[in-house]
Amino acid sequence: MADYHEMWAGLGLDLKTHDMLLEIVGKGYTDVFLSQKNRPKGMEYFDFVMSEVHGLRIKEILDAKAEGRKVIGTYCVFVPEELVLAIDGVCIGLCAGAEFGFEEAEKFLPRNTCSLIKSAFGFKLGKVCPYVESADMIVGENTCDGKKKAYESFKDIVNDLYVMDLPQMKSPEGRSLLKAEYKKFAQRLEEMSGKKITVESLKKGIEIANNKRKAIHRLSALRAAELSPISGLDGLLANQIFFYDDPIRFTNSVNAVCDELEVRIKEGVGVFPKDTPRVLISGCPMAVPNWKLPFIIENSNAVIVGEEMCTGERGTQNLVNTNANSVDELIDNIVDRYFQIDCAVFTPNPGRLEHIKEMVKKYKADGVIHYGLQFCQPYQMESKILEKELETAGIPVLLIETDYSQEDAGQIKTRVDAFVERIQK
Amino acid sequence: MISAGIDIGSRTIKLVLVENGQIIEFRKAENSFDTLKVCSSLLEGLSYDSITSTGYGRYLFDEYLKCNVISEIKAFALGAKFVHPECRSVLDIGGQDTKAISLDANGKMKKFEMNDKCAAGTGRFLEIMAMTLRYTLDEFGMRALAAKDSLSINSMCTVFAESEVISMVARGADRAGIAKGIHQSIVSRSIALLKRIGMEGTVVFAGGVAYNKCIVQLLEEQLQAEIFVPEQPQLIGALGAALAGN
Repeated sequence: MADYHEMWAGLGLDLKTHDMLLEIVGKGYTDVFLSQKNRPKGMEYFDFVMSEVHGLRIKEILDAKAEGRKVIGTYCVFVPEELVLAIDGVCIGLCAGAEFGFEEAEKFLPRNTCSLIKSAFGFKLGKVCPYVESADMIVGENTCDGKKKAYESFKDIVNDLYVMDLPQMKSPEGRSLLKAEYKKFAQRLEEMSGKKITVESLKKGIEIANNKRKAIHRLSALRAAELSPISGLDGLLANQIFFYDDPIRFTNSVNAVCDELEVRIKEGVGVFPKDTPRVLISGCPMAVPNWKLPFIIENSNAVIVGEEMCTGERGTQNLVNTNANSVDELIDNIVDRYFQIDCAVFTPNPGRLEHIKEMVKKYKADGVIHYGLQFCQPYQMESKILEKELETAGIPVLLIETDYSQEDAGQIKTRVDAFVERIQK
Repeated sequence: MISAGIDIGSRTIKLVLVENGQIIEFRKAENSFDTLKVCSSLLEGLSYDSITSTGYGRYLFDEYLKCNVISEIKAFALGAKFVHPECRSVLDIGGQDTKAISLDANGKMKKFEMNDKCAAGTGRFLEIMAMTLRYTLDEFGMRALAAKDSLSINSMCTVFAESEVISMVARGADRAGIAKGIHQSIVSRSIALLKRIGMEGTVVFAGGVAYNKCIVQLLEEQLQAEIFVPEQPQLIGALGAALAGN
């Protein structure tokens, strides 16, 4: 990696702490990803992206800014990337996946706040996230109570926080609210960029985002193969990088991996032995570098065949219909897609249960491991209902409640080991 | 063929040898900072054809001596089924973990639940509470069993429960009554775990805490089910591991 210290200093990062963080994440990446056997060759691209995650990608973003393009940071799959692309902006999913700066974060947040929220604050307060520092605007969204209230203090510590309201029920009123919010957001993007969203520019944005999703759909479908051609960790990694890589390059790289996987499937090459128990993971999002649970699972004689999460199929499923003649109609199509996201902040949320069942079938999973972040009420509450419903339907479930610390890895390993023994045929 | 099972728990290490479906040898020792040393002294002078490890230190042992590894949940399920063939529900309270396991008619694990990541409601919790009340572990259970009233303890966190107990003592509360309350809190928690796995039939109660008569009696009263305590409840995991290798 080139020396980026000057660039980081320019962004106001705390260089010493940032160096330390990069070292830890780099080591974690080596242990978790590079130690895997028989990885597809195409994953080298993702290794490269990860090795340059705070380097080359930030340089690209800063170059884009220099060309007058706007950089929008987001924390949620409800923020429509299509609209950002329509003003030729750069949409970046901000990561919040490490236990970092929690002490500082707790000056703003109660201790019983989930790790994801604390991490978002920690990265900002610790001045270690070049993405947050490069963003022209950060979009917060009213999902859970934790995030909603946290944005009230977050707005004082970041440059330009824009909060988007979200519905909580899948009713006609809920849909109207979402449409109104998307229109407002579109207007704000036009104002800040000085660019008008046209039918043409929005269609182009939709097409780019759709292609990115299609590539991930293709990858997911290949993971249904009896002999898993790619590990769940690598599958998750692609889903994580989805949020901040250049969308077109990302799409091409995922498709290249898929080409390779198709050959692997034809030739009967897999990353795990035949009949390795297959697990679907479901629950809270796993932002980079949150790999603890998947790493434990795939080192316990099981393979992850799908992710029912925001960093997975909940975030990427469904496409936006491009068939429309006006910007308003296109926004309607965008709303149609996003309104289907079955996030646990909705009540009731029966679609998620159905989606999990469908994924279990599609990817031939032997069981579901539910990942609930400690203090994440919506997902924790839903997990109890899901467990009951899925077990009744004959699908074994393991509920894991954890946070970003490493201290419970042993206890989680015991549970996962026992669960894998349970689902083994 | 002789099959060995070693259960490396957080507090105690247990070893069982099985031959032709019979236990031919068992040993146990307290765990120390040097787990592997304790293991090798336990194994001294024994010969066996295969060895299976389980428990908290199962992977550590596997690195030391290539062996089969199974989770303690599977081990306890196998061991409980062996000592009580009709067994459908197992409760194991060890030093660091509490687990409830349900089995189907063939003895295959159906569902399991474990305590949260801290040691609340486990053997270690009992030990610390006994110390706080200045009882030996044996005395602690006996006094609790004999106590008329149970004084309720609200904190399940070991640290908070300790301060709660200290303040109860300072208020002049009955020592045996506090002891019973502590036992009751563990029982309530275990019952909640058993309910979550949909317990049925006789409950095989294993792990070191099964030696505690007060816990057994309270469980029996409140579950209104038969509690089967094996002769050597602490060895069930090691026994299960030995059976798995058979």
